[in-house]
Amino acid sequence: MPILEISNLSVDFRTVGGEFRAVDGVSMTVEPGEIVSIVGESGSGKSVSMLALMGLLPWTATITADRMMFDGKDLLTISPRQRRRIIGKDMAMIFQEPMSSLNPCYTVGWQIGEVLEAHLGLNKRARRDRTVELLELVGIPSAAERLDTYPHQMSGGMNQRVMIAMAIACNPKLLIADEPTTALDVTIQAQILDLLAKLQRDTGMALVLITHDMGVVAETADRVSVQYAGQKVEEQPVAELFADPHHPYTAALLSALPERATTRRLPSIPGVVPGQYDRPTGCLFSPRCDFATERCVEKVPPVQGAAAGHALCHYPLNQGKPVGHPGPAAILDRRLSA
Amino acid sequence: MFGFILRRLGLLIPTFIGVSLVAFFFIRLLPGDPVLLMAGERGISPARYAELMSRFGFDLPLWRQFLSYFNSLLHGDFGTSISTKKPIFTEFFTLFPATLELSFCAVIFAVVLGVPAGVIAAVKRNSWFDHTAMATALVGYSMPIFWWALLLIIVFSGMLGWTPVSGRISLTFFFPKVTGFMLIDSLLSGKAGAFRSAASHLILPTIVLGTIPLAVIARQTRSAMLEVLGEDYIRTAKAKGLSPFRVVAVHALRNALIPVITTIGLQIGVLMAGAILTETIFSWPGIGKWMVDSIFRRDYPAVQGGLVLIALIVMAVNLVVDMLYGLVNPKIRHQR
Repeated sequence: MPILEISNLSVDFRTVGGEFRAVDGVSMTVEPGEIVSIVGESGSGKSVSMLALMGLLPWTATITADRMMFDGKDLLTISPRQRRRIIGKDMAMIFQEPMSSLNPCYTVGWQIGEVLEAHLGLNKRARRDRTVELLELVGIPSAAERLDTYPHQMSGGMNQRVMIAMAIACNPKLLIADEPTTALDVTIQAQILDLLAKLQRDTGMALVLITHDMGVVAETADRVSVQYAGQKVEEQPVAELFADPHHPYTAALLSALPERATTRRLPSIPGVVPGQYDRPTGCLFSPRCDFATERCVEKVPPVQGAAAGHALCHYPLNQGKPVGHPGPAAILDRRLSA
Repeated sequence: MFGFILRRLGLLIPTFIGVSLVAFFFIRLLPGDPVLLMAGERGISPARYAELMSRFGFDLPLWRQFLSYFNSLLHGDFGTSISTKKPIFTEFFTLFPATLELSFCAVIFAVVLGVPAGVIAAVKRNSWFDHTAMATALVGYSMPIFWWALLLIIVFSGMLGWTPVSGRISLTFFFPKVTGFMLIDSLLSGKAGAFRSAASHLILPTIVLGTIPLAVIARQTRSAMLEVLGEDYIRTAKAKGLSPFRVVAVHALRNALIPVITTIGLQIGVLMAGAILTETIFSWPGIGKWMVDSIFRRDYPAVQGGLVLIALIVMAVNLVVDMLYGLVNPKIRHQR
C-alpha cells in the first residue's frame, strides 16, 4: 500500500488579478521507503502541491483533489487538529532557506526539543538526550555543545542539518525536502544530499525530493515526476527517464545538462513558464516546444500510458522521435510571429 | 555587554550638556522674570527690583549665569526654587512618585491592551476586529489629549459620577507617606476604602495618559506581527504540527516584540510630555503639574532643574530598554 497517494490535486490562489491555478490536476503515489523526486522550473508548482499536503498554504489557496491519502488517513476530510498530530511527526518537511527557516530567538536545541515535546511528550531530560542523538545523527560535531547555540551562530549547512534533525526527530514515515540544497554552497549541497540519502536508507522512510537540479535527481531518486506550469508532464523511474525521456520538456531539461551537451553552446529552453496572464491554450508547453503543431496549440494533450512515461503530450517522444508527429513541415515557425 | 553600557553612558554626556543649555535658555526666552511675577500687580520699586535681581544673580551676564548654573549641576546641586525656597532635587523627588505611579499605570494600560490588540488584529487581518481596532487606534492617536481628558471627565465624573474629577485620593483619608505611591500607601494604611479611593482617582488620568502610547503600541505590534507571520520560521513552526496559539504566542510574538520594545521605550519620553497636560487637567500633584506651575512663576532654577532631571530619567529608561533588547533578541546580545 502506498504511504502517500494523491489523485488529481489542484490548488488555486485567489489573487488581485483573479484565480490563479498553481497546481493543475497532479497525481502521484509514494511507496514506503521510496525516493521520489519532483522536478521542474521555478513556478512549476512543485512546492505548492507539497505545502498543500502539509496544510501550510495561506488562506488564499483553495485545494481540490479526488483523493489525498497519507498512511491510511484522508487528508481531505481531516480536521486541522488531527492534521497537526500527523505533520511534524509522521510527515515532516524541510525547506529551501535554512537560515531563515529557524527561529532566530531560540536555541537550536530548544527548537528540536519542541517537536519531541509536542508529539512524543518527552520530559526535559529525555528531550535533551534525544536532541544530542539527533544532532549526532545529522553529522553535527560536538553535538552536546551545540544545543545552546542560536541559528545565527551557525553556517547555512549546519542550520540545514538542524532542520533535518528536527524533521526526523519523530521518525517520520515520509520526509518532504523542498529544494534542501538550493541555498547552500556546492560542496555543502553534496554533503546534505548524501546525508538525506543515508538517513533514508537507515530509517526506511519515504522521501519526496523537490528540486530543479537534474544532477541531484540522477544521484538520489528512485522515481521522477516532472512538473511544468502546475501540471505533471511525465513520470518514470530514474534510469528510464534519463535513458529515454518521453515528454519534450523532460528531453529539453536533460539536454541542458552540461554533462550531456553535444554542442559548444549549452542548449536552453527558450521563454519562461507561463504565468497567470499568459496561459496558452492547448498544451501549456507548446509555446516553448520544438515539436509544437497546430493541434498542440488548439487541443489539450492526453495523458499517455505507462509505456510513454504518462507523458502529457500529443506526440510523446520515443528515443527522441515524436510518435505520430505529422512531420517537420507541420511544426509551427514561431520566429515569424514572435 | 559591559562595554556597550559604558559607550551608552558616554553618549549621555553631550546629551546632558545639550539639555542643560536648552533648559537654561528656553525659560529665559519667556517674557517677564521671577521677581516681577512675585511682586504681582502692585508692582515693585526699581531699587528693590535691582536688589532682588542681584540677590538671585540674575543681573550677571547670561554666560556667567549659565557657567555658575552648570558648575553647580556638575556638583550635583540642582539649585533652589525661588518660590518655595526648597532644593529642587528634594522638591522633584517628593513629587516624582506621583508621576511615576501615573506613568507606570499608563504604560501597563497601554501594553496590556495594545500588544494583544495588535496581535489579534494581525492574526485576524482584515477582520472586523482588525478594522475596528486600527480605526480606534488612529482616533486615539490623533485626539488632543486635553480634549480627551475633558470629555472623559464630563461623561464619567460629571454625568455618570463614577470617578472623581481630580487629585490622587479623597481628602477624607490621611495617612503617612511611606513609598510615595498612593496605591501602595493606601493599602499599607489599612484604612477601609482608602485603596478604592486611590484607585478610582487613578482611572481617568491613566486612560488619558495611556491613550497615545496604547494607539502607537497597538499599531506597531500589528505591523511587526504581520511581518513576522510571513517569515519562513513561522512556516517551520506550523510544519512541526504546533497549535496556532503556540505558533503565534511562542514563535511569532517574541520576534515581533523587538520593534515593539523600541516603541515602548520611545513612548516614555512622550509620556513625560503627556504627563504635563494630564496632571494639570486632573490636578495630579506630580512633576508635570509642578513644571507648569514653575513655568508660570518663572521659577528659573525649578524649570531648569526639572527639565534636566526629566531628561536624565528618560535617558536612563532608554538605556534600560536598549539592554532589554539583548534579552529578547539573541542576535543583538552576541553582537556586543
